[in-house]
Amino acid sequence: MSDKKTAISVQNISKTFEGRKVLDNVTLDIYKGEIFVIMGGSGSGKSTLLRIMTGGIQPVFGKVFFDEKDLNALRANEAEKVKRRFGMSFQSAALLDFLTVEENVSLPLREHTNLDSKIISIIAKMKLGLVGLQGFENFYPSMLSGGMKKRVGVARAIAMDPEVVFYDEPTAGLDPVVCHVIDKLILDLTKRLKLTSVVVTHNMESIFRIADRVGMLYKGNLLEVGTPDEIKHSKNKIIQQFIHGHLEGPIQLT
Amino acid sequence: MKIFENTGMAVKGWFCAFMGLTRLCFEAAYWILIGPFRKKPINMPSVFSQMVFMGVQSIIIVFFVVLFTGVVLAMQSAPQLEQMGAVFYVASLVTISICRELGPVLTALVVAGRIGAAITAEIGSMKVNEQIEALDTMAISPVRYLVVPKMLALFFMLPCLTVIGDAAGILGGYLIGVFNLKINAGLYLQTAFKFLTIKDIYTGLSKAFVFAIIIALVGAYQGLKTEGGAVGVGRATTISVVTSFVLIIIADCILTGIYFFSDM
Repeated sequence: MSDKKTAISVQNISKTFEGRKVLDNVTLDIYKGEIFVIMGGSGSGKSTLLRIMTGGIQPVFGKVFFDEKDLNALRANEAEKVKRRFGMSFQSAALLDFLTVEENVSLPLREHTNLDSKIISIIAKMKLGLVGLQGFENFYPSMLSGGMKKRVGVARAIAMDPEVVFYDEPTAGLDPVVCHVIDKLILDLTKRLKLTSVVVTHNMESIFRIADRVGMLYKGNLLEVGTPDEIKHSKNKIIQQFIHGHLEGPIQLT
Repeated sequence: MKIFENTGMAVKGWFCAFMGLTRLCFEAAYWILIGPFRKKPINMPSVFSQMVFMGVQSIIIVFFVVLFTGVVLAMQSAPQLEQMGAVFYVASLVTISICRELGPVLTALVVAGRIGAAITAEIGSMKVNEQIEALDTMAISPVRYLVVPKMLALFFMLPCLTVIGDAAGILGGYLIGVFNLKINAGLYLQTAFKFLTIKDIYTGLSKAFVFAIIIALVGAYQGLKTEGGAVGVGRATTISVVTSFVLIIIADCILTGIYFFSDM
């Protein structure tokens, strides 16, 4: 792994919300070009970790480095330039209801570039083509199914040709076939566009389908990082209970 | 002891809200005055569509509210003036009251209930659906993209609606004066405008600009603060309307004091 370049370096991140410790001293490196999956149960802190990596939330302690720059030490215009190199796909797709599909996908292009509107339209159609939604440009989000909204969200996330794309529960609430479609999309985009992908999920089938490496979060602690095979054969009882979905074990629902 | 705790928490809440509103006000001012010179232009198509929604589509309700207020004011004042043999002064009483106070304030209250609630509901729904966060991660300022167009639209439209409201209120008084009190139409109109000064008009309209900023800022602030799903949106909308109402009345009181109780 020593010849791999680091895309994002998370160092000693801790975060507290209203007295509750959500993340406790989390350290991990994400390499360029890989699909890194952060897995964990509900309330394990994985969405919070994702938002700290994108700069959306400030940690109480610790640093996040992107391209050797400390994200929280940047000035507003530098932070904005870094954000343009990220793309994020939200659990609920988070499309703007009052814009059409094409307007949603082209929003970052219209706001951040001086490209002609015809060229922006062509780029937006291309991105929609990559996610298999060509022809839906003039639809509004309310007319789309959950899976289609997610795919438009992904098209918007890659509109500015980012270097890193973050996915927050990309397959939540979707049927098994559509889950597979989304997983294949993440794999295709990462390899074809040479991105780095950070995926937060607890869908075990997705994890073993797409992950290059997996990190398991449990109650804010990073238990282990490894390849899917290494995680599958982990000696950690918490990880084993989580992977197999057993009722008995150290993970107890409170 | 609880009364001290509750009072302390309430004051702390108001202070935080005041600081939040001030911060939002400065941020909006930045995007309006400085942003365009830093290659961050205002979303003008959105300003125009908001002007239609806020201004054009509010005309009817503003017209009728202030019209009937003019009618009621004339009806209430006529008996007293009749006793003094000065019933035709209903015309100037209604006109001056509407132009100075009732036109701007009632128009603002109607608009706060309609538009202020709509602003909070729209932005609040976007907040609970992660759309505000999506704008943030795309490095698009939600204040520049969403709040500023609404604020500018209301800033231009509320004074226009106030003018329409003033005309409606004067018309209401005219209808009672001419058709009920049997005042000669020409005499009514002459008396209506005889005592109306330019100060009455500009004080009323300048209040409209201030009220517009209050409605837009409070609506946007509550929207951006919304938490807790649909219930949260409902709660934020209610707080937004009530807060707007209170601040409009307070601002009206302060401005009236400045204009008519000092040397301005």
